[in-house]
Amino acid sequence: MNIIVCIKQVPGTTKVAINPVTNTLVRDGVESIVNPFDMYAIEEGIRLREKFGGKVTVITMGPPQAKEAIKTAIGMGVDEGVLLSDRAFAGSDTLATSYTLSKGIKKLGSFDIIICGKQAMDGDTAQVGPGIAYWLDIPFVAWVRKIEEIRENERYIRVERLMEDGYEVIEGNLPILISVVKEINEPRIESLKGKIKAKNYNVPVWSAKDLECDPDYIGLRGSPTLVNKIFVPVRSSKREIIEGSSVEEKVDKLIAKLKESKLII
Amino acid sequence: MAISVILDRCVGCKLCVASCSQNAITIVNKKAVIDVAKCNYCGACIDACKKFKAIVIEIERKKPKEDLSIYKGVWIFAEQRHGEISSVVYELLGEGKKLAESLGEEVSAVLLGENITSKANELIYYGADNVYVVDSPYLKDFNDEPYTNALVSLIKEYKPNIVLAGATSIGRSFIPRVASALETGLTADCTHFAIDGNTKLLLQTRPAFGGNLMATITCSNFRPQMATARHKVFKKAVKDESRKGNVILKTIEGDSLKSRTRLIEFVKEVESTVNLSEADIIVSGGRGLGEAKNFALIRELAELLNGAVGASRAAVDAGWIPYSHQVGQTGKTVCPKLYIAIGISGAIQHMAGMQSSENIVAINKDPSAPIFEIATYGIVGDLFEVVPAMISKLKNK
Repeated sequence: MNIIVCIKQVPGTTKVAINPVTNTLVRDGVESIVNPFDMYAIEEGIRLREKFGGKVTVITMGPPQAKEAIKTAIGMGVDEGVLLSDRAFAGSDTLATSYTLSKGIKKLGSFDIIICGKQAMDGDTAQVGPGIAYWLDIPFVAWVRKIEEIRENERYIRVERLMEDGYEVIEGNLPILISVVKEINEPRIESLKGKIKAKNYNVPVWSAKDLECDPDYIGLRGSPTLVNKIFVPVRSSKREIIEGSSVEEKVDKLIAKLKESKLII
Repeated sequence: MAISVILDRCVGCKLCVASCSQNAITIVNKKAVIDVAKCNYCGACIDACKKFKAIVIEIERKKPKEDLSIYKGVWIFAEQRHGEISSVVYELLGEGKKLAESLGEEVSAVLLGENITSKANELIYYGADNVYVVDSPYLKDFNDEPYTNALVSLIKEYKPNIVLAGATSIGRSFIPRVASALETGLTADCTHFAIDGNTKLLLQTRPAFGGNLMATITCSNFRPQMATARHKVFKKAVKDESRKGNVILKTIEGDSLKSRTRLIEFVKEVESTVNLSEADIIVSGGRGLGEAKNFALIRELAELLNGAVGASRAAVDAGWIPYSHQVGQTGKTVCPKLYIAIGISGAIQHMAGMQSSENIVAINKDPSAPIFEIATYGIVGDLFEVVPAMISKLKNK
């Protein structure tokens, strides 16, 4: 089975601040990590290969240092990885990103399943996975919490999709793109053998030219959305620690306040 | 794309150097020099140089394919689950009406499903001027492809200016495919909308970096302007049963409503008696509970308040409660009217999922717990004393 996993390198924290002097984003000394949701996608890809044989390939788009994300995946046990990196990709929104990744996937050749994490921790959009499925013209199932069955020779797959009020059992045909939620598995840590392989792994880097991208669809130029303004949210101004000489008194005060603001009856 | 430094304006102050995440800027002979091999054109240096305006990026953006002024109206995707209109739709009709009024345009709803035409009037009562209905057995269950094709076909025919959908499991699954097919922009999970007074563009504001920052996004060159919007943030429209509107029944020909995925069955999760994203009150428990059986306290309080039960990642990872209850970055994002955090210290990942709640009550024995920084009301104390006291007070009212 040919399995492709899409991953993203993100800052290891969402703790950001705006420098009041320069009005720019400050991410203090944070290391980059593989987007935590993508770890479940990598794990699921490896498990499928363990069950069905074949190959797992990770693909990412990003600056040259995103090679590290590929190496993490290699360390966990994926077979190959490729980085899509080009200055022409800079400033991509989710439309341009999904287009670019789909071009990379096409260049990789045939595949049976593509797995994405449900969303990236920094952008939280969850838009790239379904976008890739559109560009590749393949079916898509979001929020997969379990792959129930795959019958490779019949090109059949059945998964569970997590919804607000429960889950849905969905069946479909390969090739397919799924985005997975945390519940699906417990990602393994990198093995020593894997780390050695990763260290020696020479990550292929593909440019816009390698992918034969239409320049109208990549980078800032191919991105319909534009960030106009970034600002720190205004927090609720009333913050109060309820004081009292006993637990009883504190609880009485709290309940009175909640009733006063009609939050409870 | 080109970035350049206007030497006359550059004073060599180094503010741009500090702002550059790529370490692409150095100062040579008291002037900024940008290494274009490293630059990712993020624009941080331009912001840093606001005072001197010495750095410029010229971006040639893709031009619109057609005259954008023919796109009129605000559309709301009227999501339905099991034949019932989702409550986020009524919130979006309220918000959509406001946007439409400031544009002098109409607000319309799109209803997809099987045997759902009778629900169209409900959408009119809540403010829709027009309801486009595609009633087809192919749309009985939600599947990404037929829903995408139906909505894309309607948008191509009627050319709305703005399309909004709920940031629900369904909306966030297929709306990105719709936007891709239309090659237009899409902003995820918005919490605020406005129309720019000059440009008349939709200003789409959403939390970024787990809610630590807000970003306002526009889509100037393409139509429709599309966004998914967070549930429970916008005020529900007022129902008026005397309202009149048009119901437009559409049929979509051919194979485009066929799906390559099929729903076999829906399994309602027993544990979640109340849907977290629909709940007005959520009572959440965390590590401070110590063990699984103590979640009974959380459940009892939630039941008394007619609320839903939430949990921090620590509690879920410990196996005290299923993942479907997890609130936070790796779980659900919620914004109820009242969120009660019990024994939750307030890890940044948890706060990302609940900090936009209207009111937050925190109960924790550690006065320095970060949760108190965002709590409307806090009680510093032992939860095993505070919560039982609350329960007995509420029972004896």
